[in-house]
Amino acid sequence: MEIVLAIVVGILYTAGVYLMLRRSILKFIIGLIFMSNATNLLVFLSAGLVSGSPVFVDGEKINAEVMADPLPQALVLTAIVIGLGIVVFTLALKYKFFELTGTDDLDQLKKTDN
Amino acid sequence: MQYILLLFLISSLAIFILPGWLKKQKALVLSAVQVVAFVYFAARIPEITTAEAKYIFLEWIPALGLNFEFLLDGLTMVFALLVTGIGALIFLYAKAYMKSYEGTDKFYLYLMLFSAAMLGLVLSANLIQLFIFWELTSFLSYFLISFFHEKESARKAAFQSLYITGFGGLAMLAGIILLGSVVDSYSLQDWINGAESIRQSNFYLPGLLLILLGVFTKSAQFPFHFWLPGAMQAPAPVSSYLHSATMVKAGVFLLARLSPVLGGTNEWIYIISLIGVITMLTGSYFAITQTDLKGILAYTTINALGVLVLLLGINTSESIKAAMLFLFIHAFYKATLFMVAGLIEKKTGTRELSKLGGLVKYMPFTFVIALLALLSMAGLPPLLGFLGKELIYEAKVQSPGIASLVLILGVTSNVFMVAVSLFFARKVFLGKPNTFGKTPNEKGAAFLIGPGILVLLSLVLGLFPGNLGTAVIKPALGVVSSEMIDVKLKLWHGFNQVLFLSLLTVFLGVVLYWAMLKKKKLLETWRKVNSVIFSIELDEVFAWVMNKFVQVAQFKTKIVQHGYHRYYILTIFVFTSLLLWFQVFVIRSWEFDLSFSLNPFYISGLAVVILGAAITSAVSRSRIVTIISMGVAGYGISLIFMYYSAIDLAITQILVETLTLVMFMAILQKLPRFAVLSSKRTRLRDFFIALSFGSVMTILAIKAVNVNLNPTISDFFVENSYNKAFGENVVNVILVDFRALDTLGEVTVLTIAATGVFLLLKTKNKKL
Repeated sequence: MEIVLAIVVGILYTAGVYLMLRRSILKFIIGLIFMSNATNLLVFLSAGLVSGSPVFVDGEKINAEVMADPLPQALVLTAIVIGLGIVVFTLALKYKFFELTGTDDLDQLKKTDN
Repeated sequence: MQYILLLFLISSLAIFILPGWLKKQKALVLSAVQVVAFVYFAARIPEITTAEAKYIFLEWIPALGLNFEFLLDGLTMVFALLVTGIGALIFLYAKAYMKSYEGTDKFYLYLMLFSAAMLGLVLSANLIQLFIFWELTSFLSYFLISFFHEKESARKAAFQSLYITGFGGLAMLAGIILLGSVVDSYSLQDWINGAESIRQSNFYLPGLLLILLGVFTKSAQFPFHFWLPGAMQAPAPVSSYLHSATMVKAGVFLLARLSPVLGGTNEWIYIISLIGVITMLTGSYFAITQTDLKGILAYTTINALGVLVLLLGINTSESIKAAMLFLFIHAFYKATLFMVAGLIEKKTGTRELSKLGGLVKYMPFTFVIALLALLSMAGLPPLLGFLGKELIYEAKVQSPGIASLVLILGVTSNVFMVAVSLFFARKVFLGKPNTFGKTPNEKGAAFLIGPGILVLLSLVLGLFPGNLGTAVIKPALGVVSSEMIDVKLKLWHGFNQVLFLSLLTVFLGVVLYWAMLKKKKLLETWRKVNSVIFSIELDEVFAWVMNKFVQVAQFKTKIVQHGYHRYYILTIFVFTSLLLWFQVFVIRSWEFDLSFSLNPFYISGLAVVILGAAITSAVSRSRIVTIISMGVAGYGISLIFMYYSAIDLAITQILVETLTLVMFMAILQKLPRFAVLSSKRTRLRDFFIALSFGSVMTILAIKAVNVNLNPTISDFFVENSYNKAFGENVVNVILVDFRALDTLGEVTVLTIAATGVFLLLKTKNKKL
């Protein structure tokens, strides 16, 4: 199964990079989302896959062997949230940019002013 | 010694906070500081003649082998006396000269700082430390040359000198590091102890050449000499102090300093002597045809620097003795002449030789002073200059190998010097008085005290040179050439070969002078011939090189910084994927210990859905389809999280995905439709770049599964989650308890983003 998921990661990256290379700013942002999803999945995958055994503990049974690794999950969770922050901010920025300039074309964005 | 440097530094800054009545006399205050330093050094003359050199060691960055090391020996003494002694007189002179200019506080700050840097340079016994002071003198020289920065020519000349001396300085640093690596130290003492191994090592020649680049640029040797005439844009005190008496001698100082380490080899003798001879001849030859007072003095300074370098290149005790004496002689007469030139410019408003004349009528004292200095420059008795010239001839006679050539060129160049000196005196002071805007005078005692004292020294020491020889020259000689020889200086040497050469020089010089004066056409034709033969002006070459350099930089920047966002991104991805492929091919192996399986089938099905969604999203031309496919892929990923035991991730991903979709939909109606912006070929190119990046990431992911992470951290969280933090969900506990501060940071980021979004959407647009 790891191989299938690794291919998914690759496809997500491919889609992300392809979209980021477009001239449309909207597509660029969507590419960013794909990139961040792919990266999250990559980190998650690298910890190893454990199905049906989430990391819940109580006082008695502690058996780390059969449980999923909690650390990458915590990291990815943080990354997802930060990713949301970036995307939302970029979207707002893009919205403002379009309002001011009336273009969605990155090639028009060559100078810092005007 | 270090306290003297500190005193200089403090006093240079203190002039800004002096009380009003004292501030008017700031030049005198600084002059007094110089006198204090001069007395301090002079009082130590007996010590260095008898006892060991004084050495002070202060730790700086011992871990890097960098320390402050100060050394006061005979050689340092020569330079320290010159720097402080002439410094005192220069400040006195500057008081009168700078009176009418704005921003004198800055001027004195730079000049005093320069003085400190120069003193630090000659006191340094650690080569890295020496380099730092060396560069400081270059920088301060830059500020001082460009003091009249409203003039473009001054700015240009300042840049030119900064680039050339800075370039040489860096080369020198490289040389120091290269040779320092041989003995594994930058301390002068270690270098002297390891001199033999340095001379034997393979690094000797490259190291020597690099250090010589520093020396030659600083001391205005051919072919770098052209910055010195340019530097004449500086105010007269600066020309007098930096560009004749002290800074340009720094190269000579370094040669003398390193002569026990690097000297004595064939490379040393031939390279240095050759450059010295060429410089000597260039300087005196071009001095003849100059029309500007300071121009003449600049070229004669180049001549003197050439002589000094040549003498150190010859590297016998005789030649070094001559060099040490000549240092004093030259500083005395040249500083005097520069000060006189400044005075003449001030009083008549011109430095052009053709516009001057008959000044003896208005400025009799100046005439006497200038005449004596010029006679010293010409090397006529009974002045100190005569003594120096005799010694130099003697040294040249004895120079090994190339003696006859050096001697012939030396006599030639001295003939020019005699002619120039006489011509200078005749043209400026004698002859028919020209009409000047205002009648020149020599009011202002401060103008004449400095030159007067120096010229008096030239005269007195010329008549009674004995003490100078034993007290100052001999200890310096001991440092440079290690063999102690007796230094008995006297004016009259008896009838010998050298005296004959002197007579010949004077005779030819006078003849040349006569010709220049009587045949008016001669000089003009000479200038014309020069401009044909030497049609390549080195400073124009320099300007051309700098210009080209800037053009290349502009061209390169245009290519690299093109302003197209997607090409920046493209560059990043292409190089990242190339590097990753390189890793896969060269460093990692192709072996995977995973088997391919499609179980469980519903996850495989999910994978197919995500693939389809990603591809649709990438290629669709409809905005809605693109965004919804993106959402499908995101929800699919959250299902994968859910299946593989990451409940919290799944929940978060679903929430985030939903929020993102809502946000997109909300602003979608305000955004334009997708336009077809790129051609088919561009899209194909981008597709392959993306595919290459994606596939290498797939391999990376497969490889990553096999990496054995150190589980201790995870184990710690699992074990302590319930016992210490009282939470059953370990991921939650990590976020809100173990790593709560990280989460706080995360919340802060979201808050900032939210604030940003709020501001962006709320503020009204200004019409552009």
